[in-house]
Amino acid sequence: MTSRKSAIVLGGSSDIGRATARAFAKAGYDVVLAGRDVAALEPDAADLRARYNVEVGLRKFDVLDTASFEGFVGGLPALPDAVISIVGLLGVQQNAESDLAHATTIMRSNYEGPSLILGLFAEKFLARGHGTLVGVSSVAGDRGRASNYVYGSAKAGFSAFLSGLRARASRGGVHVVTVKPGFVRTKMTEGMKLIGPLTVEAPVVGDAILQAVEKKTDVVYVSGKWRLVMLIIKTLPEAMFKKLKF
Amino acid sequence: MTLVSGWGRFPVVDSDVLRPRSFAGVGDAIAAGTIARGNGRAYGDAAIGAVRTVAMTGFDRVRSFDPATGRIRLEAGTLLSDLIETFGPRGFLPFVVPGTRFVSIGGAIAADVHGKNHHCEGGFGRYVDSILLRTGQGEVIEASREQNPDAFFATIGGMGLTGVILEATMRLRTVETGWIRERVISASDLDAAMRALDAGDSATYSVAWIDCVARGRDLGRSLIYLGEHAGKDELTDGAASFPVGKDPGLGVPVDLPAMTLNRHSIRAFNELYYRMGARRAGGSRVVSLYPYFFPLDSLRDWNRIYGRRGFLQHQCVIPEAGARAVLADILGRVARRGDASFLAVLKKLGHGDGILSFPLPGYTLALDFPVRGDILNFLDEIDRLVVAASGRLYLAKDARQSRATFAVGYPALSRFNAIRKSLDPAGNIRSKLSQRLFDEV
Ligand SMILES: Cc1cc2nc3c(=O)[nH]c(=O)nc-3n(C[C@H](O)[C@H](O)[C@H](O)COP(=O)(O)OP(=O)(O)OC[C@H]3O[C@@H](n4cnc5c(N)ncnc54)[C@H](O)[C@@H]3O)c2cc1C
Repeated sequence: MTSRKSAIVLGGSSDIGRATARAFAKAGYDVVLAGRDVAALEPDAADLRARYNVEVGLRKFDVLDTASFEGFVGGLPALPDAVISIVGLLGVQQNAESDLAHATTIMRSNYEGPSLILGLFAEKFLARGHGTLVGVSSVAGDRGRASNYVYGSAKAGFSAFLSGLRARASRGGVHVVTVKPGFVRTKMTEGMKLIGPLTVEAPVVGDAILQAVEKKTDVVYVSGKWRLVMLIIKTLPEAMFKKLKF
Repeated sequence: MTLVSGWGRFPVVDSDVLRPRSFAGVGDAIAAGTIARGNGRAYGDAAIGAVRTVAMTGFDRVRSFDPATGRIRLEAGTLLSDLIETFGPRGFLPFVVPGTRFVSIGGAIAADVHGKNHHCEGGFGRYVDSILLRTGQGEVIEASREQNPDAFFATIGGMGLTGVILEATMRLRTVETGWIRERVISASDLDAAMRALDAGDSATYSVAWIDCVARGRDLGRSLIYLGEHAGKDELTDGAASFPVGKDPGLGVPVDLPAMTLNRHSIRAFNELYYRMGARRAGGSRVVSLYPYFFPLDSLRDWNRIYGRRGFLQHQCVIPEAGARAVLADILGRVARRGDASFLAVLKKLGHGDGILSFPLPGYTLALDFPVRGDILNFLDEIDRLVVAASGRLYLAKDARQSRATFAVGYPALSRFNAIRKSLDPAGNIRSKLSQRLFDEV
């Protein structure tokens, strides 16, 4: 019926999720918001409909419930043009060091679940011959740091999954975007000390994701400064790196 | 505790800033000494809680919009800039906008802000149909002209002191384009300026920028900007019917040393501004709504121009009868001092709608002063002229007026206080401004 493009946002209730859904709806996409608590997403759906006059659907999605993934993808009324995974969990590093359950949840939320669901969509997109997959990873995955390596290692795994998937899927007309936001002022980072010049607001991330999808960018560091910062951090010799306090 | 200040960066005080994520969280955040804060564009201490401050800009969802009537329901933290960017291209704009678009709906209602059209179309509150209010007592009530009218009229212009506005339903105006047909009139002195404003009574928008360092024969010389919404047929070929509002890119990176603003630089600026405007006078042209309504928004963080100690805005309104002499007296004293900054704004106001709304039929004059030297004494002196003329000061700009000046200026205060007491018997809702001006000590 409509020839409009469509996008599905996994993890739609996060600040970055809301901002991303707005950016796509503003650009004329119909949007599906997916998250654990569908009722909590209803006000955001109403917001998008009222603002941009687009169609907005809601779907239940739990990134830890991998058994539900096939049913989730199969149950969508139509295959979207773009799938954006914003899901992630920062967790608490200190707790994860001794609490295996907490460490597992962090690893599964940032690596296992997002990779599996995007992988599933990739197969459908490849069969169709087009589509864009976006994974929001993190600069924290570029090098493990003493202060958050449980989260960082899961993001590193996710980044590696995305780059591999990109290499394979590009041959079949499917594009994969890796987004690496640095510090973003959201409820996840509330109360943390963020470095002002390296920090962006959620709408900047949302716009960057839209741009990357439209322009077919491979890897996006939301603030360009991060590319340089991480280049330096990545090239520090291990002997020196382990003495640094981050 | 966090150091908080208003747009004028004076005073800077400690308050506990909370950023709730849900309306239930707003309720939980309200304790003794709480006030709501929108986007912090009030100049003084209105949006600083006596103990804690509840930041509302996270609440920015549109609930519903009816394109047939232009009626919109939204959360109170939504910024006017967002509303304009989203609905402007669809042909809808707020009826009333202040001189900056970076204010929240809640802040615009709480101050019942006026725009360049107050003389003919009234203030922001006139276009608000209802509000969802979290009172200090802990109730969430819907208030409108019919339902809980006391709470409604006390909240419009009530500076957040009746509770926290969570949502509002308001009407938007339909426009054909986002452009304004502007006509500039140059006035060589105060009489000419007031005559030009009077003659502009029938114009939808009118405002005068006064050169407040000009003295003697030039006292009150100004440029009057009249404006009307432009139709599609008035646009040059190829112009988009809705212009793009540029992000304020260029900012003021650091606090400028207080020396930068001196009587010489101010005089030079005003001279240049007046001459450039006077050259354009007489003709009319079509300009984007952004520079027309929000000339200062193009320079981000311009409040830092005034240096680390901040600045004060003094905005008074003087009833029509006798306004000329009082305005001349005030402008004369300001010009003799020579350190009022850049341009002053003079415009006509009509009737206000809320119990504590600032506007009354007359002329309003707004002046900026850096905080230094004997400025507080000087402004007290100006206040005496305002009080003698039965005028009043705008709470959204105030950081220093005395209780006496305030009480005389706002004769409906006792009625406001009675309503406030009924909504918040325990006195939970308190700002630094209310401690300074309202609350029993
Ligand atoms: C450059 C500039 C130009 C301006 N021009 C004009 C003008 O032309 N006309 C005019 O009228 N004003 C003008 N103002 C003042 C401005 O419009 C008001 O101060 C407005 O209230 C600021 O809105 P805000 O969201 O930043 O609110 P804040 O500054 O955060 O708060 C202002 C008041 O609103 C209350 N408030 C905020 N949100 C809520 C809420 N959700 N519930 C209850 N109370 C709330 C606060 O408690 C406080 O009392 C100007 C200000 C600037 C900086």
